[in-house]
Amino acid sequence: MSEPSLARQTGAALIRLFYTELGADLSDIQRDYIIRTGAYMLLVTLIGAAAAIGVGFLATQIGARTARTMRRDLFSKVESFSLEEFDRYSTASLITRTTNDVTQIQMMIIMGLRMMSRAPIMGFGGIVMALKHSISLSWIIALAVIILIGVISVIFAVAVPKFKLVQELTDKLNLVSRESLTGMMVIRAFSNQKHEEKRFEEAARELKNTNRFVSRVMHSLWPSMALIMNLSSLVIIWAGAHEIQRSAMQVGDMIAFIQYAMHIIMSFMMIAFMFIMLPRAMVSATRVEEVLKVVPSVRDKEHPAKLPDKIRGEVVYKNVSFRYTNAESDAVHNISFTARPGETTAIIGSTGSGKTTLVNLLLRFYDATEGEITIDGIPIKDISQKQLRDNIGYVPQKSTLFTGDIASNIRYGKEDASDEEVENAAEIAQADEFISAMEEGFKSPVAQGGANVSGGQKQRLSIARALVKKAPIYIFDDSFSALDFKTDAALRRALQESVKDSTIIIIAQRISTIMNADQIIVMDEGRAVGIGKHKDLLKTCREYREIAESQLSMEELA
Amino acid sequence: MTKENRRYDRPRGMGRGRGPAAMMPGMKAKDFKGSIKKLIAHLSPFKYKILIVMILAALSSVFSILGPRILAQATNEIFTGIMNMVAGSTVGINFTRVGQILLLLLGLYLISSLFTYMQGFIMTGISTQVSYNLQNSIAQKINRLPLKYFDTVTHGDVLSRITNDVDTLTNTLNQSITQIITSVTIMAGVLIMMLSISWSMTLVALGILPMTIILVLFTVRKSQKYFRAQQEYLGHLNGHIEEMYGGHVVIKAFNREDLATQKFEEYNEELYNSGWKSQFISGLMMPMMHFVSNFGYVIICILGAFLTTRGRMTVGGIQAFIQYVRQFTQPVTQIANITNVLQQTAAAAERVFEFLEEEEEKPEEPKVTISNEKLPIEGNVEFSHVHFGYDPDKIIIKDFSAVIKKGQKIALVGPTGAGKTTIVKLLMRFYDVNDGAILIDGHDIRDFSRDDLRSLMGMVLQDTWLYNDTIMENIRYGRLDATDEEVIAAAKAAQADHFIRALPDSYHMVINEEASNVSQGQKQLLTIARAILSDPKILILDEATSSVDTRTEILIQRAMDNLMKGRTSFVIAHRLSTIRNADLILCLDNGDIVEQGTHEELLKLNGFYSKLYYSQFDRASV
Repeated sequence: MSEPSLARQTGAALIRLFYTELGADLSDIQRDYIIRTGAYMLLVTLIGAAAAIGVGFLATQIGARTARTMRRDLFSKVESFSLEEFDRYSTASLITRTTNDVTQIQMMIIMGLRMMSRAPIMGFGGIVMALKHSISLSWIIALAVIILIGVISVIFAVAVPKFKLVQELTDKLNLVSRESLTGMMVIRAFSNQKHEEKRFEEAARELKNTNRFVSRVMHSLWPSMALIMNLSSLVIIWAGAHEIQRSAMQVGDMIAFIQYAMHIIMSFMMIAFMFIMLPRAMVSATRVEEVLKVVPSVRDKEHPAKLPDKIRGEVVYKNVSFRYTNAESDAVHNISFTARPGETTAIIGSTGSGKTTLVNLLLRFYDATEGEITIDGIPIKDISQKQLRDNIGYVPQKSTLFTGDIASNIRYGKEDASDEEVENAAEIAQADEFISAMEEGFKSPVAQGGANVSGGQKQRLSIARALVKKAPIYIFDDSFSALDFKTDAALRRALQESVKDSTIIIIAQRISTIMNADQIIVMDEGRAVGIGKHKDLLKTCREYREIAESQLSMEELA
Repeated sequence: MTKENRRYDRPRGMGRGRGPAAMMPGMKAKDFKGSIKKLIAHLSPFKYKILIVMILAALSSVFSILGPRILAQATNEIFTGIMNMVAGSTVGINFTRVGQILLLLLGLYLISSLFTYMQGFIMTGISTQVSYNLQNSIAQKINRLPLKYFDTVTHGDVLSRITNDVDTLTNTLNQSITQIITSVTIMAGVLIMMLSISWSMTLVALGILPMTIILVLFTVRKSQKYFRAQQEYLGHLNGHIEEMYGGHVVIKAFNREDLATQKFEEYNEELYNSGWKSQFISGLMMPMMHFVSNFGYVIICILGAFLTTRGRMTVGGIQAFIQYVRQFTQPVTQIANITNVLQQTAAAAERVFEFLEEEEEKPEEPKVTISNEKLPIEGNVEFSHVHFGYDPDKIIIKDFSAVIKKGQKIALVGPTGAGKTTIVKLLMRFYDVNDGAILIDGHDIRDFSRDDLRSLMGMVLQDTWLYNDTIMENIRYGRLDATDEEVIAAAKAAQADHFIRALPDSYHMVINEEASNVSQGQKQLLTIARAILSDPKILILDEATSSVDTRTEILIQRAMDNLMKGRTSFVIAHRLSTIRNADLILCLDNGDIVEQGTHEELLKLNGFYSKLYYSQFDRASV
């Protein structure tokens, strides 16, 4: 088998001599051959570049499109969630899933398509070509690949667990800095600056040391890769030289073999990296899938009952109980009462007594686990969520505003409200004064989440938003807490006028806010411990009296 | 104090990976030179180490340049050997010679890899140390800045300097120093090598260079535009998602899911468009560079082949030259990128140094010291013609005077945002009065050191601050050298002992990061315990409003009464009982003290206070 190779090489040398003897223009023949081969190489390069660009185009398209669809599905899924699901996943986690996790998957798809479409072909092609040039040297490539994978595995096995630690330590450093910012007054008040600095220093030092370790481990990656590649080419030359000596190989073959060997090693390197990246994307994918699989617990009936256009708004709770998933006891237990149009029903009780849960059931943020709530005799579970909520003006405990301006936030309650209606609602909510004090009045911009308006202003705007709806049923969930006594009183007086025909349910902490209500429900640990008027409850209900005593003086109680 | 901006921990979008730095949207520094100079000054303690890194980088690149050249000798040796054999000689390949060359190369490669690793090792040491130093400087700086500074700067901003900016800084630092040196050495070395092989082929290779640079700059610029757009749309989308998820209850209650989704679709579409473009264009770089370098490769092969046929070049020479050409394009690309990296570094450095150079609190020159009771303080407080405004042009407290005797109780009342905490902040010297003076036992508070002054006072704010440590440590915060027994005694006086003992791990329970594993009322009790432990002469209290349940409220009231006994106290009052018992009531409106006096006096005035007071009894209930 060694003979033909030597013969070819000998032949080439002899033919050259022969041509020279003949006086043929040897360089002409050679030039033609070289140029032809060169043109061929260029063509291949061009096609290669075009193909790579095509891969890039398709990969980015596929990645971005998948991400777009995934984000859309996630968002509309989350929009369909009831509060039950929100409790389960927490807002922050849902945000991360819709943004970061999807981005993570997108990057993985793009990179994966690019690399995975290249690496195996490159590797396979490299192997085929290399074997064509020499089979006897292929053990070198195999050995190099094995060592390479071994080295990568060891480096990552050491570094990856520390990556997580770095993240944790960064979070810790963030936490400590955040604490010293939010607690600035307290820290200075107690002159504990040195203590804080020490705490920070400890966190920073730990982060520094871990970071240093990880970074040093990772720094060994490239030099060892380079070393493996360089050494394998040395071994190929040494072994190749012997092959050539035995006339089993030509010099050109050996050079080509080195090139192919590099390709093969590179492709295995890519594949190894992919397998390291993959688990991260897998985690993201699982987190996304988890959300997409959720079936919201509050759902409309297939053929929901229709409410008449104009309803009276009588709300009846009949033995209503509610228990959070996996909770040991009811959050709200066996509550019955009737809230009538034109009357005010107040709910009072300590934190955690179930007041908000009680009204959340009426809004169908949760569905009652037992018993039934009806509006004008129709069970709310039979009504579509949309129609039900169209009939309720709701002011939440946390007054959330949205990006836009003042008017757009009030109009959120009623899309087609006229300017007059908007202004009127603002006036009742005692918001007109501060709105007109703003430079652009109703057109004043509102930042994300209403960050640029004060707590009291936010509350009044969120009341105006509900009022503009002119709903037959109103729910005020502790909606006056951020207002001072003066504004609180003025607002209540104005409200009395404007919503006098509606059913009003109001949750409050201040007794003065609710002492004139038509009925007061006193909640304690999920049970209604008293229902009645202020005067009666003072006599009959111990919990009510306790609350009253803590807020009012004896003469006021009398 | 509640101005906390939580935006910094919003999930970060793309662009934080350690990928090609040049592809990140460029932030530009206002003063590039100045920032870089300051950065260099910060690096000067490490100058010898950096010098070593430079030498190592230069050496390892020289080795990697020499590699192909020496390899070529081996190839040539083999080629000569085989040609000899063809010519009929029996000598063949000189394996001793080939072996020698290969052994030399082996050593070279080993040393080169080792040097590369050592560079990384040393630079990592430097960069982590620099980031640690900077972070500590920032943290200490926070404590020296006047509170006023934080009126205009959000917490998120400061936090992002501590983590993101320092991170960027050290990352790019870590890479760019070695990169600059390596790139320059390789470029120069490769050029020399190429010239030594063949000047005509070198000319061709250099001809490709401008093409490469233009391509790189073009792609970088183009893709940066889209990256910036992508970053912006990602911000929009994230903001929208955050807002919509945060306001989920309202959206549901008002049936506006459609509106939310519709807007989402818009942002999503925008993000998709800019997203795939930025990815695609930045991905173009590789194939284009590949093409250009392959193009050069082909031309060089053709030229090399000609030269070889004419006997003006060896086979090993071509092989080496081709390898050099391949090595040549990489540093060119890197240097093209490096300006971008430097811009980013400068921008990050600027933000860090800007913060470190902010004006600090006035240095103190205490005229009186109260350490160790040398100067007994009783707690008489006098406000004498105090003028103050957060903005000196907008004075909100005009000529306020009041004399408060030790042990008296002062109630601060007024609508939200009236400036009740301003008085507190002046007293604690978080801000200094513009005119007039505040005196304690006749001494101007500016004559005390801040630490001394604050040691006289205890503060319980409604906005309770606890940190991520055990309950024991959180109470001990009032006096760091207090024993466990003292802490427990303080907790008992604050009516907190009972609930603490009911908690898992009781005093050793760790307050979690959001401080959400104790209730609002319990937090209040803990801060009262903390104030009791510090045993102040003067107390500042913010009464609880609505967020606490009734039973805890009674406990808090009792604890506060315990605390106030025998101390001068300033109470931000929400409760009628407190107001009526106060020795002095200060009525504030719009930051102005509109009325002062006792309850009876003020009622007689029939002015602001009486209106405020009677509005509470307005029976107009909904």
